[in-house]
Amino acid sequence: MALLEIKNLHARIDDNEILKGLDLQVNAGEVHAIMGPNGSGKSTLSYVLAGKPDYEVTAGEALLDGLNLLDMAPEERASAGLFLAFQYPIEIPGVATMTFLRTALNAQRKARGEEELSTPEFLRLVKEKAGHLGISQDMLRRGVNVGFSGGEKKRNEILQMTLLQPKVCILDETDSGLDIDALKVVSEGVNALRSPERGMVVITHYQRLLDHIVPDVVHVMHKGRIVRTGGKELAHELEASGYAGYGQDAA
Amino acid sequence: MTIHNQPVRTAAEDQLRATLDARVAQDALPGPLAARIGEVREAALAAFRENGLPHRRVEEWKYTDLRALMRDAFAPVTEISDGTAAEGHLRAVTFPGARRIVFVNGVLARQHSDLVGLEPGLSVMPLASAIAKGHGAVEKLGTLAPQRYDGALALNTAFLGEGLVIHVADGAKIARPLHIAHVFTLDDAAATYSRSLVDVGVGASLTLVESFQGRDGVAYQQNDAIEVFAGDDSHVDYIRLQEEGDTAIHLGTFMADIGRDAKFHTFGLTSGAQTARLSVYGRFSGTGSQAGLRGVTLLKGRQHADVTLLLDHAVAQCESRELFKTVLADESHGVFQGKIVVRPDAQKTDGRMMSQALLLGETAEMDNKPELEIFADDVQCGHGATAGDLDEDLLFYLKARGIPAKEAEAMLIQAFVGEALEFVENDDLRDALIARAEAWLKKRAG
Repeated sequence: MALLEIKNLHARIDDNEILKGLDLQVNAGEVHAIMGPNGSGKSTLSYVLAGKPDYEVTAGEALLDGLNLLDMAPEERASAGLFLAFQYPIEIPGVATMTFLRTALNAQRKARGEEELSTPEFLRLVKEKAGHLGISQDMLRRGVNVGFSGGEKKRNEILQMTLLQPKVCILDETDSGLDIDALKVVSEGVNALRSPERGMVVITHYQRLLDHIVPDVVHVMHKGRIVRTGGKELAHELEASGYAGYGQDAA
Repeated sequence: MTIHNQPVRTAAEDQLRATLDARVAQDALPGPLAARIGEVREAALAAFRENGLPHRRVEEWKYTDLRALMRDAFAPVTEISDGTAAEGHLRAVTFPGARRIVFVNGVLARQHSDLVGLEPGLSVMPLASAIAKGHGAVEKLGTLAPQRYDGALALNTAFLGEGLVIHVADGAKIARPLHIAHVFTLDDAAATYSRSLVDVGVGASLTLVESFQGRDGVAYQQNDAIEVFAGDDSHVDYIRLQEEGDTAIHLGTFMADIGRDAKFHTFGLTSGAQTARLSVYGRFSGTGSQAGLRGVTLLKGRQHADVTLLLDHAVAQCESRELFKTVLADESHGVFQGKIVVRPDAQKTDGRMMSQALLLGETAEMDNKPELEIFADDVQCGHGATAGDLDEDLLFYLKARGIPAKEAEAMLIQAFVGEALEFVENDDLRDALIARAEAWLKKRAG
């Protein structure tokens, strides 16, 4: 059974319909890339799946491991195993990163009826995972993303993903604003999470990220729908030809 | 011809006048300073007779119309009628490491107070004894009162009798915080009046905490005023925790004179009372000093809380920072009025004032009125005021990580008030105040 199954999804913001009948199926162990011109609805898809309140779903369904995502509050979706790595991670002054990570992890464990992690267990876990991503103790003490560089913010997203161990990861333009070194660190973090039990959707405008996170399936999104699906070679083809074939109005 | 628009006296005002007249007749002060204090009291009494309770046409009380809000007035409690009952109800907050002195229903409760083994250089004396013994500091009593009539302070002064005189000798650094806990324990409504004077000597330091707590469901009235003299080179921290019962009226007046090269910090955490007013009068009287006046107010239900502040930069080269955060749930009403006056000689003044409100309820209301009056030409001053609700994007980010809505809200509110709380210097006190704020949030979240 598919881990993530989206059928005929329609969604709008205000009076503007952005998703116009999108279908997508991601099986366990697969990494899917969604590419497409600006304005094709890629980020909207990620927000709609995560439950951002500004969007209204008008038709269709989205199932996570068989559960109807669209009926759930954003926090329930997260506890059910959905993770969105934000394109623009938000700064939260006054909430220490460490407190945030611990609250999130324990809230999810509690929601799933699991034991909360003890402080020493949690600290050990964070220290290990943060070390791999080059996130310092000082950053963990600071407010969430406060004073973080673009690369540090993205690494912090991957740290959260690593700690929360979701079933389905959606990475929304994780490569934007990253230099090549940061891109490598982030990609390694993501690749370390690839597993036969997990599905991933990597949303990106550029093929560059897909050299580091090699997808199993590549989709092209245009005007709120998946218009083409292929293997990883499709990304290279798009890199060469651009999105010109998908309509001038998309630019 | 001038038409005197004297409003009709309210029942509460009549009761107060009658109580005051009776009290003056029977309560003569003993000791060498009796005449001086008697005059201060008489003047306040005369002012109250003439002006009565403050009302909405008095600018400083525009948003807190005491004439309308105070339906009844009560005679002050003059003794602890039943010590055991007081003990039973006494759940005054304790702060780790602090020396606690307790006032029960406005009266000093020696049996609950730690008055032995005071640090060298520290003296703590009941106000009446200090007047009777002619303690030098008492000469200063009433000298920080504002020029303009302040009805709450006038009442406090007219009823003057209970309270403390705290003196810190020159050079004495009192490390252990001193905590004055006020608790109201009676089953029936009553009024309490407490007045304290704190005199911190040259080069001395003191951390003073005042707390106010009382029974829910009893419409009592606590009126407390404190005058603090921070000597040259002194370091004074003042913390005020107001958690009165839910139907109480709390009237507080905080007055401070700040000497030369002093460090002076205050922090108020307010979450109690049906109607609360805190008037702050600060004055720099020596150059090179630094003051930080900050506070957090947490309101719900139909609570009303007003912080009105007047800071007088009377001399040059002083720095002041004001930061007030108000969280308003349900139909609560918050008020911040802050005025910074920079006198003609107060060159190189550096003043920043900010009031921020977080509106959680659709019908919650905040009145923010920051003002600057600058008469010097070489100063840096600024003020700001904001009011808004919780940021939806921040909430979504937290929820998207699995944090339930209520918990996410609480985290953001905590972060909002944390920006002010972090300025409390003493670690134990800061942690204790953060815990009180967290408890309020937990209770609200249910």
